[in-house]
Amino acid sequence: MQSSADLGASGLIGSVHSTITGGAVDGPGLRFVLFMSGCLMRCLYCHNPDTWNIANGTPRTVDNILSEVGKVSLFLKAAGGITISGGEPLVQADFVHEVFARCKAEYGLHTALDTNGLLARNLPDEWFDVVDLVLLDIKQIDPDKHRRLTSAPLEPVLDFAQRLARMGKPTWVRYVLVPGLTDDVDDVERLADYVATLKNVERVEILPFHKMGEYKWKEIGVPYELGDMLPPAPELVDRVRKQFEARGLLAVA
Amino acid sequence: MNKMNDFRSAVSIALSSALDPWREFRGLGWRNRVAVRDFISANYTEFTGRDDFLAGPTERTKKQWSLILALLEKERAHGGVLAVSSDVGSSITSHGPGYIDRDSEVIVGMQTDAPLKRGIYPNGGLRMIEIGLEEYDFPPVDPKIAETFTKYRKTHNQGVFDVYDAEILACRRSGVITGLPDAYGRGRIIGDYRRVALYGVDFLVADKQSEKAESDSKPFSEEVMRTREELSEQIRALAELKQMAKSYGFDISKPAATAVEAAQWLYFGFIGAAKEANGAATGIGRITAFLDIYLERDLNEKRITETEAQEIIDQLVIKCRILRYLRTKDFDSLFSGDPTWVTITFGGMNLDGRSLVTKTDFRVLHTLNNLGTSPEPNLTVLWSDGLPQGFKQYASRMSINTSAIQFESDDLMRKYWGDDCAIACCVSPMRVGKQMQYFGARANLAKALLYAINGGVDEISGAKVAEGFDPITSEVLDYDEVMAKFDQMQDWLCNTYVRAMNAIHYMHDKYAYERLMMALHDRDVLRTMAFGLAGLSIVADSLSAIKYAKVKPIRNAQGIAIDFEIEGDFPKYGNNDDRVDGIAVAATENFMNKLKAQHCYRGSTPTQSILTITSNVVYGQKTGTTPGGRKAGEPFAPGANPMHGRDVNGFMAAGASIAKLPYEANLDGISWTASFTPQSLGKTLADRVNNMSNCLDGYCKTGGFHINVNVMDRETLLDAMAHPEEYPTLTIRVSGYAVNFVKLTREQQLDVISRTFHQAA
Repeated sequence: MQSSADLGASGLIGSVHSTITGGAVDGPGLRFVLFMSGCLMRCLYCHNPDTWNIANGTPRTVDNILSEVGKVSLFLKAAGGITISGGEPLVQADFVHEVFARCKAEYGLHTALDTNGLLARNLPDEWFDVVDLVLLDIKQIDPDKHRRLTSAPLEPVLDFAQRLARMGKPTWVRYVLVPGLTDDVDDVERLADYVATLKNVERVEILPFHKMGEYKWKEIGVPYELGDMLPPAPELVDRVRKQFEARGLLAVA
Repeated sequence: MNKMNDFRSAVSIALSSALDPWREFRGLGWRNRVAVRDFISANYTEFTGRDDFLAGPTERTKKQWSLILALLEKERAHGGVLAVSSDVGSSITSHGPGYIDRDSEVIVGMQTDAPLKRGIYPNGGLRMIEIGLEEYDFPPVDPKIAETFTKYRKTHNQGVFDVYDAEILACRRSGVITGLPDAYGRGRIIGDYRRVALYGVDFLVADKQSEKAESDSKPFSEEVMRTREELSEQIRALAELKQMAKSYGFDISKPAATAVEAAQWLYFGFIGAAKEANGAATGIGRITAFLDIYLERDLNEKRITETEAQEIIDQLVIKCRILRYLRTKDFDSLFSGDPTWVTITFGGMNLDGRSLVTKTDFRVLHTLNNLGTSPEPNLTVLWSDGLPQGFKQYASRMSINTSAIQFESDDLMRKYWGDDCAIACCVSPMRVGKQMQYFGARANLAKALLYAINGGVDEISGAKVAEGFDPITSEVLDYDEVMAKFDQMQDWLCNTYVRAMNAIHYMHDKYAYERLMMALHDRDVLRTMAFGLAGLSIVADSLSAIKYAKVKPIRNAQGIAIDFEIEGDFPKYGNNDDRVDGIAVAATENFMNKLKAQHCYRGSTPTQSILTITSNVVYGQKTGTTPGGRKAGEPFAPGANPMHGRDVNGFMAAGASIAKLPYEANLDGISWTASFTPQSLGKTLADRVNNMSNCLDGYCKTGGFHINVNVMDRETLLDAMAHPEEYPTLTIRVSGYAVNFVKLTREQQLDVISRTFHQAA
């Protein structure tokens, strides 16, 4: 990894899917959310499959992103901060690091990284100095189910979770609740047990599955397996929330 | 039954004679001269705690409010107006005492002699009263009143039309200038009602007499004579105020000695003023820290409990909720939902660095819990980064729960108007008792742009409204040519607008002078003349389209551009894009500079607002297709809002665009109405409250002036349209005030629903 000093403001380019200002669901407060292109997981329920392919993004420089953030930085400083999501931001770790570093240095913003953790093993601990909060997506606690659900192994994700705990990095765990895929009582029990051992976890967010991304699957021409799936009933969401709460975790849905 | 109340006022009179009204009060500067601000600053107790001290409503309050709810239901069933006192012209002493329920009323005083019964104000104009009565199916006005104001006494309305010229009339007809207070009271004057409580009326009369004596033996110029006549009228009004209070069993010649008296004296001042002036907006001012001083003193003396303190505020607020004026349907289409703008201004910072937040600021917000939500009084929180966290959180929570609160930047206003300013109407700040405004509605800048393109011919009627202009005839609109013509058209518009305003306020001062309100001001007030602009976002987008895309007018047989073909994309206002936001900024600065060059009546200082109230719908109906893609008849965006659905980058970007509009060019306020779905503010109530509070900090720090916050789902509004009976109190914020959603016209309901809702991303 190069340090930000080496790269400077030299117009490092990233492949960006989109940005929004004022998002309230990706980290604390109201945030500028930068969605990066490129992801190695292929989650069945993905609601942004158009971010999978890194080539589908718009090339943008760090300067360009910074100037967009700068226009609302006073707002963001008071009301939230910046979150980098995706896609999977760690696919473009250098770019992401540079955006975070400069948002902190130039605007004093709170930074949050929304990641599945799969690629974190490539990065040294110091890389995360520019990250105030990690939003760690744990898709499944059962390794086999994890692989079926995401086409990726679970182990690197849990390694990263352990490492964040060791570093004492503030972390929110996010869990997408899909009937039939992630709602098994025992799976949730195991996950809750596991998360309860991580002292750095401040909050568990249960994200009820929705199909607002279904049309995007059609657009990219990939068959969508969950077409008949319904969002979880409120009772199910409650049950899962209580499973986490039973371990003394702050859980929100 | 009535003995109880007689007993209470007898006790009150006995108490006040026994108690030193100024006991325990600190500071000297306010004792020998009228200086309420200094009194407040020396005596208030800043409150930095949370809302857990608040008390629920008393049985008396509940009883009264249930009686009012039943009357409100009857009022709705009567088509919006319950009763009119058309037998007598309203004045301070025109009606004997009236009550909601004498035994349970802690604060008394009725606008006429029964709740929700409206008065008539013939000084302003007879015609409007006649139309109002007819439209709401009431018998005609008493023939004696009609005769008096036809044969013997001229009205404000007549005076204005005696002076108007053909151009002004043409502008009124076409709607390029709309909402002028020539057919209704100008309002937006806030008497310093606190003076009645702090000093008692006798002190104020003596003060006015000495103000008058200062011009004894001076040459009697017109100005001197006018001032002397006005002071005499003010003194007369103060005497009538005492008489009115006496009819309720109170002697207000001396200062109030207890909290309930302070609220009562203050309210007598307010309702006395409302009895003689039918202003469109009747603000009650900055009263929380003032009343809190009395409440704190009574609490410390164990004279009252917190429950009784809250009862006083609840009952004062009930009175603010039932102020009524008889209006015409024409007025209602501009200012919809029967608003009276009883604006209560609170929060804010003291110039010494403390906040002005007191327990009573919480108590006022808490009325929304104790009485349920309501559009009136118009709760206006002056926001600053420096406000105590507990108050920020409580105000944010109440806003999320009720959508009944607006927020305005104390940090911007304090620099210009100090720490004792209050909002009149929606966004108009003024130093209380030291400043008044000549209200002037607004000019339709989008239509003026069409006039520039069409050479002064109205695009809807085809009539020539502005003489001496040639239309643009090119196939494609050239930005520089449009800008040059638009600039000239604005010179003409500004000139005409100022003439109209001068006529209106000269005649208003002459025929419908607000004697009591002005008696509760200093003699030498700062007068502002408040102009307004509508259609700013349309102008910005239109000019942006002309500059960055290719815009071809489609002309009818008469050569009027009735539609526009746009080739290519262009930046749109509301997305934090300097290319177009800069156009909006320049537009407000340019018009303000033109206003500054005009002569305004009575040495008044011109100011400008970017506010539409609900007239954005009527403006839309009266304006043809505009070059930025808005079709004829489509509503304007309210206030300084981006056009519906065009702010696609989230509310922060929209807010950042609006915050670029410079306050120094828009000193009468810049209004933003934003609607959020609950989810868009966060997942839990605690998150939403934090986020709202932080957002308000962020918006103020970015330079934003005002925000109306609505937190609700579009589905709720659709359901309320279908089943209005199930949503009698559903309150939403529109441009600068709150209304019962079900009282809006259907067009306005649809307009509200079509606005951008900021949703969870």
